[in-house]
Amino acid sequence: MNAVLDPIAALGRAALGLIKQAGALALFALEALSHLVRPPFYWRIFFSSLIETGFFSLPVVALTALFSGAVIALQSYVGFGQYHVQSAIAGIVVLAVTRELGPVLAGLMVAGRVGAAMSAQIGTMRVTDQIDALTTLSTNPMKYLVTPRLLAGTLALPCLVLVADILGVMGGFTVSVAKLGFSPSTYITATLDSLKTMDVVVGLVKAAVFGFLIALLGCYNGYNSRGGAEGVGSATTAAVVGASILLLLFDYLLTDLFFSQ
Amino acid sequence: MSTPPVSTPKIRIRGLHKAFGSKIVLDGVDLDVETGTSMVIIGGSGSGKSVLLRCILGLIEPDAGTIEIDGENLLTASRSRQDALRRQIGMLFQNAALFDSMSVGENVAFGIRAKHSDRNGPPPSRAQALQMAGDLLKQVGLDPSVGDLSPSELSGGMQKRVGLARAIAGNPNIMFFDEPTTGLDPIMGAVIDGLIVDCVQKLGSTAIAITHDMASAQRIGNRAAMLYHGRLIWQGEASELMHSGNAMVDQFTHGRREGPITMELRK
Repeated sequence: MNAVLDPIAALGRAALGLIKQAGALALFALEALSHLVRPPFYWRIFFSSLIETGFFSLPVVALTALFSGAVIALQSYVGFGQYHVQSAIAGIVVLAVTRELGPVLAGLMVAGRVGAAMSAQIGTMRVTDQIDALTTLSTNPMKYLVTPRLLAGTLALPCLVLVADILGVMGGFTVSVAKLGFSPSTYITATLDSLKTMDVVVGLVKAAVFGFLIALLGCYNGYNSRGGAEGVGSATTAAVVGASILLLLFDYLLTDLFFSQ
Repeated sequence: MSTPPVSTPKIRIRGLHKAFGSKIVLDGVDLDVETGTSMVIIGGSGSGKSVLLRCILGLIEPDAGTIEIDGENLLTASRSRQDALRRQIGMLFQNAALFDSMSVGENVAFGIRAKHSDRNGPPPSRAQALQMAGDLLKQVGLDPSVGDLSPSELSGGMQKRVGLARAIAGNPNIMFFDEPTTGLDPIMGAVIDGLIVDCVQKLGSTAIAITHDMASAQRIGNRAAMLYHGRLIWQGEASELMHSGNAMVDQFTHGRREGPITMELRK
């Protein structure tokens, strides 16, 4: 009897736990967002988070985008060669980069770099009483630590993705022209013909959602970390894993929303 | 026949209860702290001392009971009134809890700006606050040049001094000290205690300190109380701590293995 019911009970407990976590995360996000319209707003924390998320993530995002664009061009050339449609490479590169690879790869890179850092920093503040110290200094920790980071993440990732889009296309262009023998003017014309404003805009909307999710998961896990160094380590792992999973889930949902017609 | 006027204690706690799951941490604590008194609360690890302070500070929500400051119930007051009442409290944490993303000077300046009341005019600018932070650092026996250092570059004793400077930044009329001498050598512990007494006297504050250190308790406090299993089992003058006449207090203050208090390694 137990052999049948126990796995179902465990599944039920896991589902309830997941729903509870989702609810707690949503309430956390709502509270943080409510501070956007209630002064004061901590501009210094916002700008330092913006620089940390946007500027210092630029090298890793740029390199990822550049090589991704180059790899897509190479792979497409090999695959499309079988059907003699190599001319579609420029269109494939620009659509893949702007619609998918730019936002998703930049998001995953930022989740690993910035989401982990946010979680570790806030988690360390939690376990060393620094968050309690903020409260005793008449400063709301959500308003001070979380709200500026959420806004910074939401605004920084679209800027990064814009750079990633340009560099991804440049990567495809460089390989196609230097290695595969495409004419530069033909490649650029094909790129511009394939690209629609909507592709870039949807990529940037995705990036804003991903930036928000990365900052949210980083702050939430750090803020709720317990138990010293081990707790901070677990929170950091949970922040990166959770942000990566949510990012891919929302990528699907947003793609379905914008491109399924 | 007229009744004598009864003065309202600065802090009055009645029937305070707090449990974490099945573990009862505070079990009906009643405590009065008169204005200008330095109350020292002693008790073993897990007796509920820190939880008591955190309940007053609003860091933990009690399950039942009342906490009054100047006769006003903190737990039923509006959010803004709670903030206003708690704005008059300064806290020195056990590990100082300095913000490691800021310099020492910025830590103290943060306290000055955060605790500034709008009733006293516009808040000081960052530059002004940093200058005022230098004066506060001097007040706790540190050279103002320390303000440029990072908290991690300071010794434990210096961190406690900076934490004290930050705690007194808003001229609080209530001060809490969470094990202020833990981790310090006896001489540095005595120095910190001296600074605490000076600050409390200078500000005319009411203070609550929790400690395991009997020498520190007698230096800081003029009143004392002992918590055991979430209950206040004794209150009296701090000078009576070492000969209270209460078997539990005597066992604790003299550090005896034998007595009514038994060590529970696992509960």
